[in-house]
Amino acid sequence: MAAPEAVEKHTMAVLVDNEPGVLARVIGLFSGRGYNIESLTVAETDPNNRLSRITIVTSGTPMIIEQIKAQLNRIVPVHGVHDLSEEGPFVERELALVKVTGSAESRAETLRLADIFHARVVDTTPESYVFEMTGSTEKLDAFISLMAPLGVVDISRTGVAAISRGAGKF
Amino acid sequence: MAVQPAVRELSGAEMVIRALVDQNVDVVFGYPGGAVLPIYDALFKQNQLRHILVRHEQGAVHAAEGYARSSGKVGVVLVTSGPGATNAVTGLTDALMDSVPIVCLTGQVPTHLIGNDAFQEADTTGITRPCTKHNYLVKDVNDLARTLHEAFHVARTGRPGPVVVDLPKDVLFATGLYVAPDATPLRKSYRPQTKPEATRIAAAAQLIAVAKKPLFYGGGGLINSGPRACTLFTELARLTGFPVTLTLMGLGAYPASDKQYLGLVGMHGTFESNNAMHDCDLMINIGARFDDRVTGKIAAFAPHSRKIHVDIDPSSINKNVRVDLAIVGDCAEVLTALIAELKAQKYKPDAARIAPWWRQIETWRKRESLRYEKSDTIIKPQYAIERLYALTRDRDVFITTEVGQHQMWAAQLFKFEQPFHWMTSGGLGTMGYGLPAAMGVQLAHSDALVIDIAGEASILMNIQEMSTVCQYRLPVKVFILNNQYMGMVRQWQELLHGGRYSESYTAALPDFVRLAEAFGAVGLRAEKPADVDRVIKEMIAVDRPVIVDVQVDPKENCFPMIPSGAAHNEMLLGPSDRQSSGPVSEEGMVLV
Ligand SMILES: Cc1ncc(C[n+]2csc(CCOP(=O)(O)OP(=O)(O)O)c2C)c(N)n1
Ligand SMILES: [Mg+2]
Repeated sequence: MAAPEAVEKHTMAVLVDNEPGVLARVIGLFSGRGYNIESLTVAETDPNNRLSRITIVTSGTPMIIEQIKAQLNRIVPVHGVHDLSEEGPFVERELALVKVTGSAESRAETLRLADIFHARVVDTTPESYVFEMTGSTEKLDAFISLMAPLGVVDISRTGVAAISRGAGKF
Repeated sequence: MAVQPAVRELSGAEMVIRALVDQNVDVVFGYPGGAVLPIYDALFKQNQLRHILVRHEQGAVHAAEGYARSSGKVGVVLVTSGPGATNAVTGLTDALMDSVPIVCLTGQVPTHLIGNDAFQEADTTGITRPCTKHNYLVKDVNDLARTLHEAFHVARTGRPGPVVVDLPKDVLFATGLYVAPDATPLRKSYRPQTKPEATRIAAAAQLIAVAKKPLFYGGGGLINSGPRACTLFTELARLTGFPVTLTLMGLGAYPASDKQYLGLVGMHGTFESNNAMHDCDLMINIGARFDDRVTGKIAAFAPHSRKIHVDIDPSSINKNVRVDLAIVGDCAEVLTALIAELKAQKYKPDAARIAPWWRQIETWRKRESLRYEKSDTIIKPQYAIERLYALTRDRDVFITTEVGQHQMWAAQLFKFEQPFHWMTSGGLGTMGYGLPAAMGVQLAHSDALVIDIAGEASILMNIQEMSTVCQYRLPVKVFILNNQYMGMVRQWQELLHGGRYSESYTAALPDFVRLAEAFGAVGLRAEKPADVDRVIKEMIAVDRPVIVDVQVDPKENCFPMIPSGAAHNEMLLGPSDRQSSGPVSEEGMVLV
């Protein structure tokens, strides 16, 4: 028998009619069939045609990834599924809001780290900062883990938005 | 005097009727309740649609399935909110698994009460999302007509399936503009591919031209595509001279009496079908989906074959089994293109090339894997089916089944020559399917002989529909192979669980003859082999609903059988075969 296929991570853009229940259909598909969702974001991107774009980061063997795309395409309000990981280079970004509290001594170090990561201060009190940071998932992870010992008390992340590089659509 | 406006305003309920009529619906299977009273009121005032009052909403959906599968049309269901909708869920799931086109209208509480836990409120679109091809909640009467037409379009095109339209009561009372089906734009996001890619057809023709051990594996997609697809399939098989096997859902897609036909494939398929599946060098799957009942152990499935897979649903391809050549398209379109391609290539069947393969198949055939031990004291269930077939084969006969051993014996022994004549619950395996389905078949074919081949346990799951068949004088026949056991459960317990028959014996069965009479039907009983022909003839002769209680051998098992987790060439052929293959593997035990 052939060796078991390796698990790959894929980022997909799914164009859907912005109508009630469409997100539930997509999420229900993933939970019902046991597929992974590492990140999912959605917003209307074409208000004139009432189209929303869902960005999904998922993982699976090549056979499972093919199934996920076929199953997504089968959903009636889905216009198209683009596997960005397969279709060429693409940009992936995520936004995080990170709240850090800490002693007076650590505040300088907190600000220095934020500066290195180009994180912006969007709220300040004598006891706390809220940083806004945009970047790849890995970069956000790195920032948060370095900040952790300095007193991270809360994190809010948007999940991944992605788009292909170059002039092509999607 | 005012001029007649081109489009008259209709109430939502009137629009429902109008849309059904415009969709060429003639029968609706339903059950009333508070939320759908406006539709029942509109039904009362018209005479274009016939409403069949079932006795349970599950029965309504199975009846619509029987109607659809035997006619090629969309089956229509009308139920109320809350319990009406939840009772329909099993039927909807059944229709989804077996790709049956159904439009199910469900009542809903008025829009302003949605989300308030109102009386008989259920989140119907939420509950039915995973068990429908698509569903809708209509919140504005001006969307209603368009939504209904789209529902029919989605149900019947592509890979068919059930569609739910949830209708809040205030929308049924509101008035709005009706739009006709042809004025409804097709949805951009839903465009199933029906025409195959030419390059793939050419590639298929090349594989066909060189195969030494080919096999056609046909499934329910052929039936769904329609009689033309089945005729083309038969034509292609004859053109090539290749052997043909069919899945449970595909029976009737190829004439069972033909010498190229090897019989049913899969868990209870014939020795020749399963061995041909295992040993073939080219498998041509047309409209089947590599279901686990067919493949058995995936790792050992047809290990030396190239596989062509024709399916209208791209998600069926490479789901369970990796194939070498995928062709997305409607079976009839693909077959038309493939036959044309073979003819253009001046394809000539090479009998000599496949002669050794046929010789091998004949040796498998000689095992007569469907043979059973005859008896003249006790009725063997297989004997009852054989006699039923022999005594009805000259008629226009439609068979439905329940689920269990009787279903498998019917699939093995009843021979279907044409599509649309065999209705069974394959994917979901729903006990209680057969009687309501038979009711639906009889409504689509009023003069035909419609028989539900049943088990005594399954029939009790929707026995209330006897009341419906009696009300509408539908001469449906229920032919019960009464073995007093949930035979299929008993068989697995015997083979896999050391003969511990936990809860598979029904201790207090009703007297089916008197039960039939209580409903107003005719009850008959056969207790010994000599009775069988007599009761069958009598059953056919009476022009009324009949229940036949055929008391069969309670211990009989259904063979051949591929034990779960085993490969096609590891079949059990009969009771004496049991030890030779050893106990079922641990891996196999966990499988259903
Ligand atoms: C609704 C439902 N519940 C349970 C099962 C599991 N099951 C499969 S076959 C079977 C026994 C069926 O018994 P019967 O109708 O007497 O048929 P037989 O196997 O005896 O021919 C059961 C319980 C099922 N398929 N459907
Ligand atoms: Mg039984």
